[in-house]
Amino acid sequence: MADEVPKTSEMVKIDHAPPSTGWMDTPVVIRKGIYSYPAKKPTLDYLSMPFGREWSPLDADWKLPPNWLDILLEGMRERIDRFRSFRLFMDICVRCGACADKCHYFIGTGDPKNMPVLRAELLRSVYRKEFTLAGKLMGKMVGARQMTAEVLKEWWYYFFQCSECRRCSVFCPYGIDTAEITIIGRELLNLLGLNIDWIAQPAANCFRTGNHLGIQPHAFKDMLDFFVDDTENITGVRVNPTYNRKGAEILFVTPSGDVFADPGTYTAMGYLILFHYLESLGFDVTWSTYASEGGNFGFFTSHEMMKRLNAKMYAEAKRLKVKWILGGECGHMWRVIHQYMDTMNGPADHLETPVSPITGTRFTNAATTKMVHITEFTADLIRNGKLKLDKSRNDNLNVTFHDSCNPARGMGLLDEPRYVIQNVCNTFHEMPESTIREQTFCCGSGSGLNAGENLELRFRGGMPRANAVKHVHEKHGVNMLACVCAIDRAVLPPLMDYWVPGVGVTGVHELVGNALILPGEKKRTTDLRGEDLPGVEEED
Amino acid sequence: MNVWASLILSLIAIGAVATVGAVAGAAVQFFDLSAAAWLFGVVIPYLAFVTFIAGFIYRVTTWARSPVPFGIPTVCGQAKSLPWIKQSRLESPFTKLEVVARMALEILCFRSLFRNTRMTFKGGRPLYGPNQWLWVIALAFHYTFLVIVIRHMRFFTEPIPGVLKLLEALDGFLQIGAPYVLISGFVMAGAATFLLLRRLAFANIRYISLPNDYFPLFLILTIAGTGILMRHVFKVDIVAVKAMMMGIVTFHPVAPMDIGMLFYIHLFCVCVLIAYFPWSKLMHMGGVFLSPTRNLPNNTRAVRHENPWNYPVKVHTYEEYEEEFREKMIEAGLPVEKEAAEEE
Repeated sequence: MADEVPKTSEMVKIDHAPPSTGWMDTPVVIRKGIYSYPAKKPTLDYLSMPFGREWSPLDADWKLPPNWLDILLEGMRERIDRFRSFRLFMDICVRCGACADKCHYFIGTGDPKNMPVLRAELLRSVYRKEFTLAGKLMGKMVGARQMTAEVLKEWWYYFFQCSECRRCSVFCPYGIDTAEITIIGRELLNLLGLNIDWIAQPAANCFRTGNHLGIQPHAFKDMLDFFVDDTENITGVRVNPTYNRKGAEILFVTPSGDVFADPGTYTAMGYLILFHYLESLGFDVTWSTYASEGGNFGFFTSHEMMKRLNAKMYAEAKRLKVKWILGGECGHMWRVIHQYMDTMNGPADHLETPVSPITGTRFTNAATTKMVHITEFTADLIRNGKLKLDKSRNDNLNVTFHDSCNPARGMGLLDEPRYVIQNVCNTFHEMPESTIREQTFCCGSGSGLNAGENLELRFRGGMPRANAVKHVHEKHGVNMLACVCAIDRAVLPPLMDYWVPGVGVTGVHELVGNALILPGEKKRTTDLRGEDLPGVEEED
Repeated sequence: MNVWASLILSLIAIGAVATVGAVAGAAVQFFDLSAAAWLFGVVIPYLAFVTFIAGFIYRVTTWARSPVPFGIPTVCGQAKSLPWIKQSRLESPFTKLEVVARMALEILCFRSLFRNTRMTFKGGRPLYGPNQWLWVIALAFHYTFLVIVIRHMRFFTEPIPGVLKLLEALDGFLQIGAPYVLISGFVMAGAATFLLLRRLAFANIRYISLPNDYFPLFLILTIAGTGILMRHVFKVDIVAVKAMMMGIVTFHPVAPMDIGMLFYIHLFCVCVLIAYFPWSKLMHMGGVFLSPTRNLPNNTRAVRHENPWNYPVKVHTYEEYEEEFREKMIEAGLPVEKEAAEEE
């Protein structure tokens, strides 16, 4: 796959000037490396999603159902009545263009239809034609156009080139959020069976096995057992996680990516070490194999699918009779928890307002959702002096922090992870202001676009993020990019290898796991990755 | 639609509007057609005003009829979290009051536009610089527009409230010419010209522009231009204008008088603008108040947001899950609800 990606020298030849033909008159050209493979029939069938079929985006005929236009327009009407965001954002854009150069996909591709304003106009033009009098009467003069199969292809191509990161929304004078438009756009496409495989498959897996990767319960336990062994080899202490344990005080849910692939696995080891450390202080936590996924690829499919997958968290918390839920490091997972979960699947009256059993801190900010982010939890522990930390064990690392889109713009989780990092690492440098916190750039692969076949799009979209890392890499010698998102941990390593070789990627709790001094541990000679700790060689 | 087509179309439209106004003025001036005067001086202004009010209410209530199913603020700063972490109260409001403050900043100061940056692509790398001039121009445009609207209230009030006189005195503080130059008109015309040129000068903005982005600018420029001309060049009979306007607002319309062609162009353009307003992008004025990414508190984990249409969905229950994996779970030593043997 990777050999099909253009070289960096080719990739940076980006022309941000629009073509000479107007955008309505420029037909969509679906290009390899940019699009993701379509969802397969069995997957959609499993999820009871309509119109599963074999089709290719490169074919002229997408085998649409004969009444596709009716389905689509009815779907639009329904959503106009259900979502004020949708209706309003269809109406009030003034096309000032403030959003245009804020999108990482536009910066990385130069394709004008990746300007957030134009991405939205793809949908707005049809809305005007079908749902406004002016559009019906005056057509193109007021930016209205007929819905056709070609327009549908354009929707599909460009709504799967938006990672719902909401950066444009920060800059819009009316707060128009392209994520809302893309979410609705994808919902409409799903009415016609037009999802992508990389979203539909994880969603189906999650529905069946409890996690995106389709890890069955016994295998989930096996994988964590590996980490238990690894942790023992490194620290000399054997940690003992429990699963599906009724009566535990806290249920822990994290993205399954942390259980499955490096470097997320080291973050999982970090959790295990932290939990073990806290056990003797009264921390009582269980993992679940049924709710073994924090992430939610349903969110990238439809509001309904999001709710269907998310329902497991509260259901499992209720079954296990826990008091509250602790959530691991994940991006969109946390947007779903923070802004949707309680509304969709609450109220969680079977749970209690989270209280840290170690510090007694009441997390009143999670009073109704009853779910706490692990960096909030750990920051509170550190603040209260509950953790014995040896920062020097991260001295081989020169760290910067990538704000994942959703924790940043979806919940405002900005200082907690920074506080944790700065308490477990000696060297930390921020990337430039316009690329962090609420202005952070997406990894380029969010919202289910982290497939293999669209690597060119991912590297293009990730370019602004990588460029900011490159800046601190060159200026301060940064060699480690910390983040609180499982998709980040999966996609930033290849992105760094491509744009900024020499920079690794880590979860925040991997750094915590390195620094945390477990009671009774042996002298550590390696970090959680099995790499020699700084100073070890000289001593030998 | 390319830029030329867009420009030509919107120019034709504004040309037609101005011509209609001019013809009306000429009819009154040269042919003493009182029917035209009544139509353009009384009937159309009433109709336009009714259209504006009814349309505005219709649009806002239409938006308001669609519920806000989820609490989806775009968070632009540190959330309220642990007590020792400093919350950004304006960028991540938690309480209603903080939301009001955020909205006030957005609506009165164009907070989000102030954040604007500009990306330049140099040597294969994107750079971001501050870019506040659109914010400056937008503020100048909207505030002078507001001042002008308020200033015109002198034609609809008798006696003229002191505050209007004060505003006019401030607006004319330069004391150039007689009558004084009122700065607002020139600034607004300048700002509108700037917005127009910006739309034309930047390739990407030009690319996204529609005829209905140019038309309101042309309309506003025509209104400002005729207004300035009437004050400083082809002076009109202000007393007659006032008598006419007072007649309209007191619902005792007087027979419109011959005030000149410019006046009828000005008045007709204003009528078109306010009648057009509710059906156009100018409704961002009403819409910004309803924007769910700005007018909701970021407290969704602390206070439950209700979705009026939340409906039950098909989920995969634990029981179904255990049913499928029970054997494997037991083998791996995972606790189960129902032992395998019981089942058989």
